[in-house]
Amino acid sequence: MSVKGYQRKLDLENGRVDLSHGSGGRAMAQLISGLFHQAFGNEWLARCNDQSAFDVAAGRMVMTTDGYVVSPLFFPGGNIGSLAVHGTINDVAMSGARPLYLSASFIIEEGLPFSDLKAIADSMGAAARSAGVYIIAGDTKVVERGKADGLFISTTGIGIVADGLDLSADKAMVGDRVLVSGSLGDHGVAVMSKRENVAFQTEVVSDSAALHKLVAVMVAAGGSGIRVMRDPTRGGLAATLNEIAHQSELGFRLQEASIPVKPAVAATCELLGLDPIHVANEGKLVAIVAPDFADAVLAAMKAHPLGSDAADIGEAVADNRKFVQMATSFGGRRIVDWLWGEQLPRIC
Amino acid sequence: MKYADEFRDKAIAQGIAHAIGAEVSSQRAYRFMEFCGGHTHAISRYGLEDLLPANVRMIHGPGCPVCVLPASRIDMAIRLVDRPEVTLCVYGDLMRAPGSQGQSLLRAKALGADIRMVYSTLDAIRLAEQAPSREVVFFAIGFETTTPPTAVMIRIAEKKRLKGLSVFCNHVLTPSAMHSILENPKIRDTGGVPIDGFIGPAHVSTIIGTQPYEPLAEQFGKPIVIAGFEPLDVMQAILMLVRQVNEDRYQVENQYSRAVTREGNRRAKDEVSQIFELREQFEWRGLGLVPNSGMKLKPAYAQFDAEARFAIHDLRVADNPACECCAILRGAKRPVECKLFGTVCTPETPIGSCMVSSEGACAAYWTYGRVRDEQLRRTS
Repeated sequence: MSVKGYQRKLDLENGRVDLSHGSGGRAMAQLISGLFHQAFGNEWLARCNDQSAFDVAAGRMVMTTDGYVVSPLFFPGGNIGSLAVHGTINDVAMSGARPLYLSASFIIEEGLPFSDLKAIADSMGAAARSAGVYIIAGDTKVVERGKADGLFISTTGIGIVADGLDLSADKAMVGDRVLVSGSLGDHGVAVMSKRENVAFQTEVVSDSAALHKLVAVMVAAGGSGIRVMRDPTRGGLAATLNEIAHQSELGFRLQEASIPVKPAVAATCELLGLDPIHVANEGKLVAIVAPDFADAVLAAMKAHPLGSDAADIGEAVADNRKFVQMATSFGGRRIVDWLWGEQLPRIC
Repeated sequence: MKYADEFRDKAIAQGIAHAIGAEVSSQRAYRFMEFCGGHTHAISRYGLEDLLPANVRMIHGPGCPVCVLPASRIDMAIRLVDRPEVTLCVYGDLMRAPGSQGQSLLRAKALGADIRMVYSTLDAIRLAEQAPSREVVFFAIGFETTTPPTAVMIRIAEKKRLKGLSVFCNHVLTPSAMHSILENPKIRDTGGVPIDGFIGPAHVSTIIGTQPYEPLAEQFGKPIVIAGFEPLDVMQAILMLVRQVNEDRYQVENQYSRAVTREGNRRAKDEVSQIFELREQFEWRGLGLVPNSGMKLKPAYAQFDAEARFAIHDLRVADNPACECCAILRGAKRPVECKLFGTVCTPETPIGSCMVSSEGACAAYWTYGRVRDEQLRRTS
């Protein structure tokens, strides 16, 4: 789409998105070229086609999609844009795949300041570049005020899986170890700290990060000994392990004392009446690993900057009720259930 | 976590568990009711029952404000938000509490009612200031702990002349409920399930003190130990109860001396008594109509009373007949003895209020205790 002849620049400092930016006219073309192409800049987008063509390597590909509706749009450690890139990269990476390309679809509420949109797009571009992934397709829609909460983003990701890898949540086996890549609950607590009616001061920042490089060193160390990987986002560790327990038809037994939680996160959860194992993460993964490979995989995780606080927190056990149980630090035991309802609205 | 980890120390817990084990008599059972949901939560969350001898049994009491709120009050609130001018402010747990037809505030919100989840009474004041043309109603709920903040809210509203702010008052009183449990003929005469002692409220007692429990201990001959909400507090309180039972004593003892005095918080009590007065009776889910157990605004504050302001009258609706909340809240049955438990009644689709709040006896069992119950079922 050419925008030659359209002279007035977007007022990125004081301007705001209005309905004309979604109407298919010049204003929209200008928004796309002046803001999104600038931020994502790559050879595919530069061709300005309605789609992007790319070569396909031999082997297995994976594809995933995710919508991001976080409120507020900006939070300590990131914003909805970096989250939309990291989150989808991570969903691709949990299959053991190397992520290659993303698409991004924006639903913008009229009135959103261009400065916010630019900051968000720029951080998406930066997150993609640092991950070695390209955003090669996109779409923009503008809706009337009140029809969206500032901005919603959907991203789709494509990646390629190395030969011989076939991770799936139905592959956990009795005796497997449960590894987590670091401290839990950082993202959810960071987002909650900025909520209008619970705002509090905290040093906690979101852990939002692309995990595929960590996954690569884990795969190198553990290969097919890694049975399942999943990133514990909404619903936290508790939801992830319950999902795996159901899909693999077994139970888990965890040691509460082994589960890494930062003191500031623990204290915040204490005050708000939350449990860190129910709180969302955006830069952590859970890996179910065959016992013979667990030590090597854990060592590889600890040697990587995104896994320095990794820990072995428990094991898979035979249990036809598919319970996730935990030995509490106090010396008792309890069930770790799915969260019911919402802990608090929209955190990812 | 400083000031919290000290009260969750495993070694000390094992020490107290050992002492309890050494002091209980194998010749008898010890049945203690923890009144408060906060204690129920601590017992479940830390797996505390695993540390107790088999003949010490904890009975989960009615001390969860959402659990004891009858369906009629939810129905009344829903009737209130049917009015387009009303913005209703509620604490989060209440959103899912079931009304008489299975409806909830959560569903009413989805259908367009203006319902806001708030974290304190100050949020309601802020909303009333921001939207002076709205009727902002605060859904006041809770025991003696949450009544003072409601009183303070009314004071502020009066001072700031917030004409749009009012209170739907559901505040209830702890000692009246304990009295009702002990007075219940089923328990008193038929022997139903005798209770050998109570773990008394933590936060409530910081306000009312330990003195109001003294007549109860005396009249019914039951020991009461006021305890904090940390797991070590609960363990120590159990040990203190075991000792009282063994020595045939029935006193009010204060394990939570770091926060509770005999007199309580005089300023908070004064504030409450200036604005609120007793209702003749108030309906509790599970306990029915309990005399002198609820608070309402004094006539001088009628302008802030949503019930008067919107002329919503007390509705009376029957609880689901299959729901055993009534017996569970009285300690006469366990959650697993209810036919609905875990079948049609789960935290996702609560029938009775015991399943609604995370502090409710059924929800706590569901979330933390099912394994233990599976084992109990198998052995019994």
